Amino acid sequence: MSGSKQLVVIGNGMAGVAFVEQLLKHRLRYEITIFGDETHVNYNRILLSSVLAGEKSIEEIELNGLEWYQKNGIRLQLGVRIVKIDPQGKTVEGEDGSRTRFDKLVIATGSSAVVPPIPGCEKDGVSVFRTLDDTRWMMQRAASGVRAIVIGGGLLGLEAARGLQLRGADVTVLHLAAGLMERQLDLTAGAYLRAKIEALGIRVRTSCATKEICGDGRVEAVRLENGELLAADMVVIAAGIRPNAEIAKQAGLAVNRGIIVDDRMRTSHPDIYAVGECVEHDGQTFGLVAPLIEQGKVLASVLAGNAEVAFRTSITATKLKIMGVDVFSAGLTEAKAGCEEVRFEDPALGIYKKLVLKNNRLAGVILAGDASDSHRYMEWLREGTDLTAKRRQLLFPDPAPDHGASIAQMPDSETVCGCMGVTKGAIIAAIHERGICTMSQLKECTRASTGCGSCSHACESLLKAVAPGFEEEGKKTICKCFPFSYDQLRDIARSQQLRSVQQIIEIYGNGQGCEICKPALSYMVDMLWCGEHEEDRSARFINDRVHANIQNDGSFSVVPRIRGGVTSPAELRRIADVAEKYNVRMVKITGSQRIDLLGVKKADLPKIWADLGMPSGQAYTKGVRMVKTCVGTTFCRFGTQDSIAAGVELERRLENLFTPHKLKMAAVGCPRNCAEATVKDIGLVGNEGSWQVVVGGAAGKTVRRADLLVTVETTQQAIEAAELFFQYYRENANYLERTYDFVERVGIEKIRRDTVYAPENVRRAILDRLRKSKAIARDAWLERDEPAHPTQFIQIEPMPQPLPAAAP
Amino acid sequence: MHKKHWIAIGPTTHIPVREGRAVRVGTREIAIFNLGGRFVAIDNQCPHKGGPLCDGIVAGTAVVCPLHGWKIDLAAGNVVKPEVPVCVETFRTRVDENGIVFVERPSRELALEDGEVAA
Repeated sequence: MSGSKQLVVIGNGMAGVAFVEQLLKHRLRYEITIFGDETHVNYNRILLSSVLAGEKSIEEIELNGLEWYQKNGIRLQLGVRIVKIDPQGKTVEGEDGSRTRFDKLVIATGSSAVVPPIPGCEKDGVSVFRTLDDTRWMMQRAASGVRAIVIGGGLLGLEAARGLQLRGADVTVLHLAAGLMERQLDLTAGAYLRAKIEALGIRVRTSCATKEICGDGRVEAVRLENGELLAADMVVIAAGIRPNAEIAKQAGLAVNRGIIVDDRMRTSHPDIYAVGECVEHDGQTFGLVAPLIEQGKVLASVLAGNAEVAFRTSITATKLKIMGVDVFSAGLTEAKAGCEEVRFEDPALGIYKKLVLKNNRLAGVILAGDASDSHRYMEWLREGTDLTAKRRQLLFPDPAPDHGASIAQMPDSETVCGCMGVTKGAIIAAIHERGICTMSQLKECTRASTGCGSCSHACESLLKAVAPGFEEEGKKTICKCFPFSYDQLRDIARSQQLRSVQQIIEIYGNGQGCEICKPALSYMVDMLWCGEHEEDRSARFINDRVHANIQNDGSFSVVPRIRGGVTSPAELRRIADVAEKYNVRMVKITGSQRIDLLGVKKADLPKIWADLGMPSGQAYTKGVRMVKTCVGTTFCRFGTQDSIAAGVELERRLENLFTPHKLKMAAVGCPRNCAEATVKDIGLVGNEGSWQVVVGGAAGKTVRRADLLVTVETTQQAIEAAELFFQYYRENANYLERTYDFVERVGIEKIRRDTVYAPENVRRAILDRLRKSKAIARDAWLERDEPAHPTQFIQIEPMPQPLPAAAP
Repeated sequence: MHKKHWIAIGPTTHIPVREGRAVRVGTREIAIFNLGGRFVAIDNQCPHKGGPLCDGIVAGTAVVCPLHGWKIDLAAGNVVKPEVPVCVETFRTRVDENGIVFVERPSRELALEDGEVAA
């Protein structure tokens, strides 16, 4: 140990570490030791519900990895609980018997879940929802068919309930008070929230007291105060939090509900400080992130010798983090004497807004169903803005046609990220000074948008407006109907278990949809759920409703499947007969070694398909078109591989499947490449004793030589490599992204790593998903016998007109 | 005479929600759409290049022509995209108590029929 002073922090949670982060900025000569009783590095506790909901991985909510502690020379003692503080001797004692001396001590022990005195809480299958370990336990337990009961309908209880339900559990929420989230909402907003939660499929009981948790060692049921018995396989208690102040109390520090601190975060001992959920300041305790971060800033500044700073309790806001359920609250929830309320309510839209005003200034706000205006209200609350002149626009602001206007209207002092306490001014300064161009750089430099993430939209708008070299990360939105990219929507649909196009449009879009998003979402739900989705023909382009390609006069073209371009005299005869029988306007050999019958009436399609007796060639859709082949070893003097057999087999394996864009393939028997495999989406190029599998080629709008994916020895291996790439493209490309764009965007090295070079179990899983899709894929032309709808192919004729008497 | 204003098209179930179907009325082709509890009818020809509007994707209360993506408002008949001052003829519809959809007879067809009846 050098001459540096010893700073010890008890608690490796958000408050403790946020304080250390701030302290490091002051470059003080402290040797820092952090004790954490959990065995993980510091993580973002607010996002545990997102981990439970499957929206984020555990790694994603890690705030500071081990390297951060090392880099900053911090001693990190994980899994060591401090059991005693000796204020006189200035040491702390660990559970393991260790003693550590300190010059300054910071207590950041946080809070614990309140466990109400319900008999049976100790039984197996009962847990609180507080730590990463609790979350892991819930993730393991919750599965399809598991009956889960959540005690507590506050913020945390509802997020826990939704998370468990997304993992398949059958969830009931029991809430003691009459309204959900009664500390943040009034009864009306609670009722709106309840309707939303119930619409998600979660049962809610309010004014409901739990008498005991029953079961022989392990939870089997929950008995209510009224005697009713509810069967349960697991119980999660989310009944609030209580500051961890016991250790301070034992040390003789002043403690009330929490550890009492002054405006400089000092306890009753001059060298002991406290921050976070364990403290009590001005009679108030804390459960949200923003004030904790603020406390850390104040304390760091105090330790740096700044006597001017002071922590002031500010108005904090609450936002529920359940996708599709917008709830926001700040300040007063009910009008007190001298206050007035301004309300708007639309039960059909599920929107409720209430403002509490005092002397024409905002004193409280509740938003349910639409929280898009929360920023404006927070500013009015913080600034105490006189609203006399704005009374007509309190609930409905004038629409801002200029997209950057809402950002421009924001004053520099306004806090954009409430969790990390970052103002607009600080973000702009960082953008200019550090040359920030992307959201990840912004997060890295300012920590903005690393808390609950609800300000990410505002941060991005700000970045877009200010940064000269703004770079969009991820893709643009899918279309004007959604604020999300295709990628984001795919993650949402997967994690939220959305199985119909209309559902996605209604919950996450503008409720209408358009010709761009509808076909994309149709593909998405089909690919994600492999048949376990709700098919919606109205969301498809006409080609995919009638399985033919619409032509410029409204007629259709018919291309039967001719695998590998190999046909027979009998087949050709049938095609010729059909062409004559239905007066087909043109018969054309296509560039894909197939035959196109052009100018067919919609009503004739099912009859033509029946007469042809051949499967659909999918020439009208974003799907598997064909495998073009050369004759290979079957006839060619130079052939080295049986390209016809390989091509026909590949086409059989993949036909009838849909892809993000059309997909053309070829197999050639030697490098002379007569069937042009090196400019196809997937190509097999035969050599003596081996196959090269090439991907991402193009000979259309762009011309691009395909990249080599892998070289293999056998035809089976070549087909399997092609299948791996095929399914990888299906799952990861954006809709309407051809393989040549996809390969360039993702990079062939990464594609190789994720497919042909991936571990055996990963490859197996990809192929299993492909087989699952293939198992339910069928020849679309079979709908000639079983149409999806009685009028799928027909033009409606008016009915025989009713007699005059029956007429209106 | 009154009866001639309304033509019975068929049961509501013949037109799936958010889809359209073409129906021939005399010499005219009309596209009828089911907007979910509400039926609307317009001329089945896109004012751009005559595309079959009944085959378009429904976007809210508009339809997008399958040929070149012109967007036509189904209630008013005006072209929404691109911004051109062109309209498509719209027709009133109603559904009777038996769930049969009726469409108003186009005025040109009406004149023709009346002439025939008179003859």
